Amino acid sequence: MALRPEHEIHERRKGLNIGVGLMLGSFVLLIMVLTFSKITSPEFQVPASQAQGVGEQLTTGGTN
Amino acid sequence: MTDATDTQIFDAEPQLGDYYALMKPRVMQLVVFTAVVGMLAAPIAVNPVIGFASILFLAIGAGASGALNMWWDADIDAVMKRTAKRPIPAGKISAQSAMYLGVALSGLSVMMLSLSANLLAGFMLAFTIFFYVVPYSMWLKRSTPQNIVIGGAAGAFPPVIGWIIATGDIMVLEPWLMFALIFMWTPPHFWALALFMRNDYDDAKVPMLTVTHGRRATRNHILGYTILLVILAVATAFTAIGGWVYLATALVLNALFLKGAYDIWQRDEVMSEADNFAVERKFFRLSLWYLFAHFGAILLEAALKPFGMGGW
Repeated sequence: MALRPEHEIHERRKGLNIGVGLMLGSFVLLIMVLTFSKITSPEFQVPASQAQGVGEQLTTGGTN
Repeated sequence: MTDATDTQIFDAEPQLGDYYALMKPRVMQLVVFTAVVGMLAAPIAVNPVIGFASILFLAIGAGASGALNMWWDADIDAVMKRTAKRPIPAGKISAQSAMYLGVALSGLSVMMLSLSANLLAGFMLAFTIFFYVVPYSMWLKRSTPQNIVIGGAAGAFPPVIGWIIATGDIMVLEPWLMFALIFMWTPPHFWALALFMRNDYDDAKVPMLTVTHGRRATRNHILGYTILLVILAVATAFTAIGGWVYLATALVLNALFLKGAYDIWQRDEVMSEADNFAVERKFFRLSLWYLFAHFGAILLEAALKPFGMGGW
């Protein structure tokens, strides 16, 4: 038995809600993959203003 | 826009497809295609993930401007046969929802494109959305017969943004040649449509050239713009984005396009009505292939370059 009786609007908006949910999930996944691509690219550099505590290594993931 | 659209009665719950239709999917397809060509024709290769994400955010921005255009033009769309089935006049989505969706997606797309590509690309997308919604939709469309000419610039920016995604640079000739191709193609494309959808713009009181200056003047303008377009399109073959493939494509299509424009120019209303605007309809269909083939050829030239072919 459901914890709460489902309102009629849930049934009416089921398709829309599932669609929006899938899009938001895809968006999160895309941001994750995009972030991973950016921080592993050779051009990526930790901004100097935020590099304190990272030691002297200002460049990460690169070849140089 | 009028208040009439805010007091609609909605029969059914809007579905995801209705929101998708609000974003003008066919325009989005053109935006994606031309932007991808602009990005791949650029001399700097883009990381595939960054390229994919950037084009996606650009498409969302284009969709957002489409939603804002439909919000503002809901009163016009309801009158015109061609647009009466759009989600707002069809009573599927309220004008207010379209406006909220458009504003939210505009902000999201500009922010995300700035982060995924670069600030310049984000700025150009913001400018494009602004240009399409404010100067074109809110002002020019209802006030001047040159609406299509100036408004066409909004549709011409995607390949420039694609180029900026790859290079971060705007001060080169090639992306602006692609811009000019779409910019010069837009007027003959839409004026041909206005010739055979003749009552639509009259009924909606949109000052298209056919309404303000007459149909003879529209035919003259189609020929004039086509001649300028042909010169531009063929000359592009001899730049860094051109080559043999592009030149061959441009020669064939521009000969056909020029012939179509000349045929339209030669006809009068009696001749057009006799065959239900067959020549004008054919020219409109050809115009779709025309743009697709030119950008397809630029893409092919770029794709051939790594193999030592393509270009000059």
